[in-house]
Amino acid sequence: MNAPAFNDTMQLLNGNHAVAWGVRLATPDVAPLYPITPQTPILEKLIDFQSSNLFDAELLTPESEHSAMAAAIAASATGARVFTATSSQGLLLMHELLHFAAGARTPIVMFNVNRTPASPWGFWPDQIDSLSQRDTGWIQLYSECPQDSLDTVIQAFRIAEAVNLPVMVNHDAFYVSHSVEPVSLPSKESVANYLPRTKRDIQLGDGSNRSLGAPIDQASWNLTRREMAKAMAQVETATEQAGRDWSDMTGRLTAPLEYYRAEDAEILFVTMGSMCGTARQAVDRLRENGVAAGLLKVRLFRPLPIETLRDALAGVPCAIVLDRNYSPGMGGVLHQELQAALFGVQNPPRLHGLLAGVGGVNVSVEDIEKLAHDYRNAAQSMQPIWVD
Amino acid sequence: MEKIEYKDEGKFCSGHVACAGCAEALSMRVILNEVGDDAVGVVAPSCSAVILGGHPMSAAKIPVLHGTLESAAASASGIKRALKAQGRDDTTVLCLAGDGGTYDIGLQALSSAAERNEDILYICFDNEGYMNTGGQKSSSTPSKAVTGSTPLGKTTRKKNMIEILAAHRIPYIATTSPSHLSDMAAKIKKAKTIRGTKVIFVLIPCLPGWGVADNAAVKTARLGVESGVFPLFEVENGVDYTMTVAQRTKPIDGYLAQQKRYRSLDDAGRAELQAEVDDTWSRLTERAGQTG
Repeated sequence: MNAPAFNDTMQLLNGNHAVAWGVRLATPDVAPLYPITPQTPILEKLIDFQSSNLFDAELLTPESEHSAMAAAIAASATGARVFTATSSQGLLLMHELLHFAAGARTPIVMFNVNRTPASPWGFWPDQIDSLSQRDTGWIQLYSECPQDSLDTVIQAFRIAEAVNLPVMVNHDAFYVSHSVEPVSLPSKESVANYLPRTKRDIQLGDGSNRSLGAPIDQASWNLTRREMAKAMAQVETATEQAGRDWSDMTGRLTAPLEYYRAEDAEILFVTMGSMCGTARQAVDRLRENGVAAGLLKVRLFRPLPIETLRDALAGVPCAIVLDRNYSPGMGGVLHQELQAALFGVQNPPRLHGLLAGVGGVNVSVEDIEKLAHDYRNAAQSMQPIWVD
Repeated sequence: MEKIEYKDEGKFCSGHVACAGCAEALSMRVILNEVGDDAVGVVAPSCSAVILGGHPMSAAKIPVLHGTLESAAASASGIKRALKAQGRDDTTVLCLAGDGGTYDIGLQALSSAAERNEDILYICFDNEGYMNTGGQKSSSTPSKAVTGSTPLGKTTRKKNMIEILAAHRIPYIATTSPSHLSDMAAKIKKAKTIRGTKVIFVLIPCLPGWGVADNAAVKTARLGVESGVFPLFEVENGVDYTMTVAQRTKPIDGYLAQQKRYRSLDDAGRAELQAEVDDTWSRLTERAGQTG
């Protein structure tokens, strides 16, 4: 995304501080938080806001991410608005409770800073931490830059509360979490208007003495997943609506899938997160050199907007998927997902699954330009391709 | 024989799913009665979770969140904070967990909640093993007890959770027993008046897990108290120890004889156990005497 012109509602913020600003404006009631590199500045900024009486959520700092998520679920179950943040090992430690949160239909918003999981230890941008949580029932959104992170974390509360499912927003370690850009801050009043308080149906301690999560029979458990499927089916529309209303308020339009110079593209890059910014520049340079390239930014990864993706990709000659993640024994996760989504499409693209930037290695604009030249006429391979 | 005058408020309903004769169900009746209506519960996976029954029915007349095994105290903390944020700071948040969820897998979250002095009332139904999964040892299982995972008898002592929690200097820790229901009711009542983390351990002789007769849970618990195996006391602010049953009147033999988990124990083993109980008792009463 191109940074807008600097003006008096803007601040120079890194990605994590942009998230903290968004959370402050969204006014959660409870925020259980545990620090982890490179998420820590989110936690510290929120505590800093609270110390200055600018943020009055109940901040809870337990001994682990597992307990942070347990507290988040319990708090949300009473009807409170809840935020938490994590990264990598912290997200993986929460894994059991991610299932629990979605099953309990708690609309928690969590910010995850995408970082390599051990072993070996690394602290670099890689999305396998969140992508490996794709079956937990969490909505997943991916942000490209600090402004996108602020916009998306606020929208995430709208989406979560519209469908009663938890939302995980992700941005890349350091490339987004620690890089600074001018970020436009909406007013407190406009965000309050955008995020009205709604009384939720599923509430613990609402006076009805209903319990939550007690053992049930097979058919009833099955029904909970069917109901989750119905909620998931509403997410793409809810995300579109959240983006349109955001555009009315801020002039910045966001969508589940976003396109850049894609209308007549012969080569379409498909990717998520900070890689979109690099790919966008590569598209411009390829266009300058007469190559009709475009970008499809997947902002909403779960639920995957399958029909919209099929429409977007049908008739495109060549699609190059850039995956900053590796699912061992299979390949890039977005590549797999697109292969599945495109099954049976008339006139599908030649789909190339490139493992680009796994472990946080840099992928330059020039690298992406070169990939376009290398793969524009290459035969499709089912196998993932490691980018050197 | 103690005759208990007790007005049941009906907070624990009939139709629960406890084993016939279970002392945990009896204890839960007293606890819920004393906790009252303005309460929200958290139940860790445990016998309690089973006893309360399947969705959508519940034997508890307070709302209950069925949480995860590791994180009962963290869940309770989350509820307390959320209610506080919503202006309901007086609501009692009650945690019900077993010894597995307290001494073992849940220790980390409980220690963290205690360190933060979260305003929660945490009950540990201590049946000295993983009885809900069929009777394996926990770190609360006493030495020499036979369980599914200690077929030759446990070789190490019961973890002293009370001293661990006392080291956190939380305002209130107590032990109680279904053989002493007035004591149990009084301790719940007292805990409700205290802000901060309160933890109460309830001895629950498990009928199938310990091999106790269906009509002998309360009697076994009473023998446990009278022999000093499970002393009844309070610890305030981590340092003020008070014995609420100050005398030991029996050797441990009668207590052991009620249970199949000690049936292979020989005289030497019994003597070792008696020595262990004597040692624990003298340390405890010394502590209560020094500070009381």
